[in-house]
Amino acid sequence: MPFIPHTQADVERMLATIGVDSIETLFGEIPAELRCAPLAGVPEALNEQDILRLMRERADQDGRFLSFLGAGAYEHHIPAAVWELTTRGEFYTAYTPYQPEASQGTLQLLYEFQTMIASLTGMEVANASLYDGASALAEAILMAVRLHGRSRRIVLPESVHPVYRQVANTIVRAQSIELDVVPVGADGVVDVRHVAARMAGAAALIVPMPNFFGRLEAAAELTAAASDAGALSIGLVNPVACAWLSPPGEWGPGCDIAVGEGQPLGVPLSSGGPYFGFLACRRAHVRQMPGRIVGRTVDLDGREAFTLTLQAREQHIRRSKATSNICTNQGLLVTAATIHMALLGPAGLRQVAVTSHANTARLVARLTQIPGVRNAFPGAPVFHEAVLRLDVPVADTLRALEAQGILGGYALGEHYPQLADALLVCATETKTDADIELFATHLERIVSKRRLDPPCAYKD
Amino acid sequence: MLIFEHSRPGRVNPAQIPGATAGGEDLPAVFLRRQPLLLPEVSELQAVRHYTRLSQRNFAIDTHFYPLGSCTMKYNPRAANKAAMLPQFLARHPLAPESTGQGFLACLFELQEILKAVTGMKGVSLTPMAGAQGEFAGVAMMRAYHTARGDSARSEILIPRAAHGTNPATAVMCGYTVREIEVDQQGDVDLESLKKALGPQTAGLMLTNPSTLGVFDRQILEVARLVHGAGGLLYYDGANLNAILGKVKPGDMGFDVIHLNLHKTFSTPHGGGGPGAGPVGVSERLLPFLPVPFVGAHSGQYHWVTEKMRPQSIGRLSAHMGNAGVLLRAYVYARLLGREGMPRVAEYAVLNANYLFKRLMALGFAGAYPARRATHEFLLTLKDLKDTTTITATDVAKRLLDQGFHAPTVYFPLMVPECLLIEPTETESPEDLDAFVDAMADIWSVAHTAPDVLKNAPQKLPVRRVDEVRAARDLDLVWRKA
Repeated sequence: MPFIPHTQADVERMLATIGVDSIETLFGEIPAELRCAPLAGVPEALNEQDILRLMRERADQDGRFLSFLGAGAYEHHIPAAVWELTTRGEFYTAYTPYQPEASQGTLQLLYEFQTMIASLTGMEVANASLYDGASALAEAILMAVRLHGRSRRIVLPESVHPVYRQVANTIVRAQSIELDVVPVGADGVVDVRHVAARMAGAAALIVPMPNFFGRLEAAAELTAAASDAGALSIGLVNPVACAWLSPPGEWGPGCDIAVGEGQPLGVPLSSGGPYFGFLACRRAHVRQMPGRIVGRTVDLDGREAFTLTLQAREQHIRRSKATSNICTNQGLLVTAATIHMALLGPAGLRQVAVTSHANTARLVARLTQIPGVRNAFPGAPVFHEAVLRLDVPVADTLRALEAQGILGGYALGEHYPQLADALLVCATETKTDADIELFATHLERIVSKRRLDPPCAYKD
Repeated sequence: MLIFEHSRPGRVNPAQIPGATAGGEDLPAVFLRRQPLLLPEVSELQAVRHYTRLSQRNFAIDTHFYPLGSCTMKYNPRAANKAAMLPQFLARHPLAPESTGQGFLACLFELQEILKAVTGMKGVSLTPMAGAQGEFAGVAMMRAYHTARGDSARSEILIPRAAHGTNPATAVMCGYTVREIEVDQQGDVDLESLKKALGPQTAGLMLTNPSTLGVFDRQILEVARLVHGAGGLLYYDGANLNAILGKVKPGDMGFDVIHLNLHKTFSTPHGGGGPGAGPVGVSERLLPFLPVPFVGAHSGQYHWVTEKMRPQSIGRLSAHMGNAGVLLRAYVYARLLGREGMPRVAEYAVLNANYLFKRLMALGFAGAYPARRATHEFLLTLKDLKDTTTITATDVAKRLLDQGFHAPTVYFPLMVPECLLIEPTETESPEDLDAFVDAMADIWSVAHTAPDVLKNAPQKLPVRRVDEVRAARDLDLVWRKA
């Protein structure tokens, strides 16, 4: 039997010790009518060779593409050492460090992670991870409502990732929390005056930086508007951008909570997960934080030691009064991220940000040379994504690019009807001039062909 | 030593850093970072050595027997990791078109079908990212079901006192109040307490079966009849599915909605505290409410089922589709086990637990429910030992660490004093169980002859007992340069 070491002699000896004559007897307390027949819906077992062959075939079937997709998940180079170390059995097969003396490795690593995230976001303290960026935003909203105490309305710019807004709604709506969406302006950012007008009586404001379009919001002014109205501010940031751009702790009076998606820090794209969310905040608010937190302390001999702390916030102690129901989080991804940040260092991570920005600028410059391709927000500063308008149908264009092995970006029309003709593109440090040129060449051919020969023009 | 203490200003790893590009730094100063960034400046070798050494300060399944009750710390097959880390799977962008992910989607679709088969449910969504998020999805579906029927006065979730803390915390996140019900002397749900609690305000009951007391609730069919009779729904917490995998389907017990912990039953790694995956399964009447996206199939092509096709869905729980890499690992594990292997998991998990239970009781340790058959785990109570020797569950746990065993779960469930919840899993050999028994025999004798040895444990680990009170009082959560 796979992964079961027992010999027949073992089984007989163990049954004799227990004092029963068969393994089936051990299930005797289960009502007989509940016992099920063999599982027809489960296929016969494969051995390791056969399952690996099947998985390789399926991986080959999916293939690899030259991708200019971003929209919340970003392709970055991950140093080879990161996952070599992360998949060591001592990290990979440990569990939540409930026994600190037997978990100093994981605990110290989490303490180092908290330190790195706190510095990256410019905040005072950080937790040891949440599930992903979207659920971290939902947890930050719940935290802000607890901290504010009087309001359950959250001001949420339309320039926040649309799926994050959906996830936040799924998670917070049962607690009668209202998500008050502020429309994005024609320049791809929210208007500070519009936001300020909505802040009276609100619990918190979300400030995305960069926002879903890659644009840079007036973060300092927005944070100040929240603060002036007695509301909290929640910075939603890309952690790589924070190495170069002003982090939430520096915005105006300083953000109260910073959250984001940790995937760009050493986590492969992997069809969407596992990733990890991070959450940092002011020290004064730490007792309202969700999730695991590691503290540095001493052992009986006064030696430096690490342990989970402030567990009285958590579900296993506080039960129905916990700050969140979260238990298992994303420890292994945090392991990867910590090693990733240690290898890149401050200069390296900053260089990743700058190079990604520069590559995106080159991509936009090149693609907008193509007749029929325009920058939706010309001249406006972006981080490493940009919105391009096409005067040919976006979906058809993406399909034609896919046939050439290129994923040309994210079609914005589904979530933004006003951008039905627009594409969100991204070029991180992984893209070369040759990649950009290849994309441009194919796009130019596809767009010019469609412009000259619209597929269904006669139906108009 | 912390990684930051290895750091020297100006030390860089050029091999891992992209080259500078001309014209990159063109953003106005107002957008730029002003404060220095506190990341370590270390060489690749220093980082590799530091984190390798940290890893060696951990207990893990790969290095130690890890009988952590209700966590199912079984062997994590390497084939699952190897398959999930194939380069095409790692490189695939979550927003890439379905046409570029048919191989990936096939794995997920088949995993959904396998989970339907083992649970007896009608539909499965893989998107919840851990058990607690699966619980959230499950209770949110219960709420959506009642609301859709106009039955909105149901405001209360019933939870046995022995339940995981995630159950009450989840119910509250879903806008419900929690009412605890009692467990009887034999560890089953107390039917009188249940009957008293049920009423028109009951939205449902959350139950783990086998329970966290390490016993199978024998009256489950009556519990289901009572809850359904009151108009409530029955929620199955799949934390302990390992005990009945392939032997009993939660759907046959009458459960309407369940979550599974793939990092337990389907052997995906626990990773030092995640990632997990908490798929949910539902009966017919809850199908419209499943969280999206999940995988559908049509004419041999796989696609995402989204809110457009499921307007009554409770919605999305993650930015994409959940913990895809965990799901691939669980799929590989399920295929390696196959139809015959599933019930073998439960059989040998239960064999190991009953063997260990019997042998520890023979040493003098007290079972919390000695008359009951152990499931895949069992509960000891050290109350008598503490009364006679002052030795606590913590002392025993710490001494086990010195002897090279990870400690069982301690002080959970909260209702049983000085308890140890022990789950050996099916992948441990009888020799390893016997070695654990020897260690416990030594503890039993030392407790009575030289209790200070236990009070001073551990001695052989990187640190001695950690001052957790100080950790919470003098909060030090972030390192600062001295």
